[in-house]
Amino acid sequence: MTARTTRIIGFVAFAAFVAFVAVLPSFIGDFKAREYSYVGIYLIALLGLNILTGYTGQISLGHGAFMAIGGYTTAILMAGNEQFGGPISGGMKDVWTLPIAGLVAGLVGLAFGIPALRLSGLYLALATFAIAVAMPSTAKRFEEFTGGGSGIQLFGTPELTGSISNVEIFGLSFSPNDWMYYLAWSIALVAFAVAWLILRGRTGRAFRAVRDSEIAAVSSGVSLARYKTLAFAISAAYAGVAGGLFVIASAFINPDAFPVALSIYLLVGIVVGGLGGLSGLVFGAIFIAFLPLWAQGQDLGSLLPDRIIAETQKPGGPAMVYGIVLILLMFAIPNGVGGLFRRIGQLISSRRYSRAK
Amino acid sequence: MALLEVRDVTLRFGGIVALDGVSFGVEEGHISGLIGPNGAGKTTAFNVITRLYKPDSGEVTLEGKSILRQPAYRIVGKGIARTFQNIQLFKTMSVLENVLIGAHGRGRKVGEMEAFEVLDFVGLRDRAHSPAAALPYGIQKRVELARALVAKPRLLLLDEPAGGLNHEEVAELGVFIQRIRDDFALTVLLVEHHMNLVMSISDHVNVLSFGRTIADGPPAQVQADPAVIEAYLGSDDDDDEPPATAPVEPDPPTEGDEA
Repeated sequence: MTARTTRIIGFVAFAAFVAFVAVLPSFIGDFKAREYSYVGIYLIALLGLNILTGYTGQISLGHGAFMAIGGYTTAILMAGNEQFGGPISGGMKDVWTLPIAGLVAGLVGLAFGIPALRLSGLYLALATFAIAVAMPSTAKRFEEFTGGGSGIQLFGTPELTGSISNVEIFGLSFSPNDWMYYLAWSIALVAFAVAWLILRGRTGRAFRAVRDSEIAAVSSGVSLARYKTLAFAISAAYAGVAGGLFVIASAFINPDAFPVALSIYLLVGIVVGGLGGLSGLVFGAIFIAFLPLWAQGQDLGSLLPDRIIAETQKPGGPAMVYGIVLILLMFAIPNGVGGLFRRIGQLISSRRYSRAK
Repeated sequence: MALLEVRDVTLRFGGIVALDGVSFGVEEGHISGLIGPNGAGKTTAFNVITRLYKPDSGEVTLEGKSILRQPAYRIVGKGIARTFQNIQLFKTMSVLENVLIGAHGRGRKVGEMEAFEVLDFVGLRDRAHSPAAALPYGIQKRVELARALVAKPRLLLLDEPAGGLNHEEVAELGVFIQRIRDDFALTVLLVEHHMNLVMSISDHVNVLSFGRTIADGPPAQVQADPAVIEAYLGSDDDDDEPPATAPVEPDPPTEGDEA
C-alpha cells in the first residue's frame, strides 16, 4: 500500500466516522446521547495522552490531574469563586472557558515538563503519579478557589448552555443531551484533526524520534528539551479541554470528580486504543466510558448468561469483570485496536501484492 | 588550520579515565582514521566531538571555533553528523522518515525530494517505505549513513561502518566512503577495526590506546610505529615473534564488540 492510498483510505474513514457521529443520536435516543458525549470527552484526553506517551515515549500517570486543572478552570470561570471568598467573579459562558482551560492546563503541563526532562521511564511515571495523587487534596486545601470538598455546582446557572431548556443554534433545536453530545464530539473531532496535523509532519517525526532513540534524535538535531516539554504542554492542554468539557457535561465539580484511578484508566485507554496511533483511541475512549457500566451487567444484561450477571452484581464483581476483560483484551490484541487496524491493513495489502504477482 | 581540532581532552567516568589528554586534528577533505585497541576511547572521542559527553578538560574546535559550549542537538547544525557503532535507527519509522529526521537540524525547508536523492545515493530508494527495523543489518547501516548525509555535514563521523560486513562488502565500503567524500565534498573521520580498510583509504591515521594518543601520521608511518605495534600486540618482552609490520590483517570477529 503506498503512502497515498493509505492517506486516501484515512480521509474516507475519517469522513465516514464524522458522518456516523453526526447521525448517531437519532438512533440511540436522548439519554444515551449524554453517555456517548463522555466517549468524545475521553477521546480528547486520550489523544493528548497518546501524543505524550504513545508518540514521544514519556509515560504519564497523572493526566487525570491535568483534566482536573482544566475542569476547575472551567467551573471557576463560569460560576466564580467569590461565594467561597475567592477573587474571581465568573460569569463566562461555558463554551468560551474551554480554550482557557486548555491554556491553563497546557501551561501547567509545560511547567511540569521542564523538571520532568531529568526523569525517564518509571521515575517519570512516579513523578506524574504524584501529581495525580496530590490533586484531590490540593483542591480541598485551597477552598477559597475551589469550593473545597463540596465543590462547585453549575446546574441551572445561566452560564451553562442548555442545562434546562433546549438549545437553539443555527436554526436548529437541540435537547440538552443532544447539545452536550454534539459539543463534545465537535471538539473531539477537531482535536483529532489537529493531533493528526501536529503528528504527520516534522514535529510528529521529532516526537517519535525522541521515543525511538534519544541519542540518535539529538545527533540529528532534535532538541530533547524542546520536544519533550512541547509534548507535555500539548498533551496537558488536551487533557485540560477534556476536563473542562467533563465538568460542563456533569454540571458540577468536586475534588473526587478526577480521582487517581482516572489517570490510570486514561493510560489503560491508550493501551487498549493502541500506542502511537490515533484512530484506535476511539475504542479506548469507549472502553473507559462504558466498560465500568458493562462490567455491572447493565448494558449486556440480555447478552450474558444469568449466572454471570448474578456474579457481577455481587460486591467486587464489576471490578473483577473489568480486570478479566482487560487481561483477555491484552492477550487478544497486544498492540491495541490501532495495532489490529494496522495488522488488517497489512493483510489486505500483502494479499493484493501476492495476487498482483 | 585543521577542520576539527581535539586538544588535550580528558574525560573521566568515576575513577576510570576514558580519555587522558587526547589530541588530534582532522584536515579538511581528508579521510582520517581513528584506530586503537578495544577500550582505547575511540567511540568516547566521537561522543565528545558530538557533545553527547562533556569533557572534564580540553578543547574541541571546528574551524577554530569551540563547539563545547553548544548543546548536543546543535552539533549537526554546525556541520558534524555521525553514524553509530550499535545501530541507532528510529525503529518504528520507515526508511524515508529516518532520513527526514536526519535533516531536522536544517529546518523546515528540506523536503522528501532531497531525502530521496540521498536514498538514491546509498541505493535504497525502493526501500523508502519499508519499516527500518525489518531490514537486514547491512541495509540498516546504509540507512544510518543516509540519515547522516542528508544533514549535509562538513565532517562525517563513521563509527565502525565495516562492522558485521563480509570481505567483499568491506572492499565496496572503502570505495563508497571515498565516493561520499568526493560527491558530498566533506571530511571523514573513521573509527574502524578493519585495518585493511583504514590503511587503504585514510590520508591520515590517529592511534589511541588507553585514552591517550600514541601516534599519528600517514598510514605507512603509523603501521611501522613501534608504539602502535606494541599497543596492538602487547609488549615485546614476552613475545618471541616480533611483528615485522603493523597489524594489517583483517581482524578476528571478536574485535568488533567494543561497546
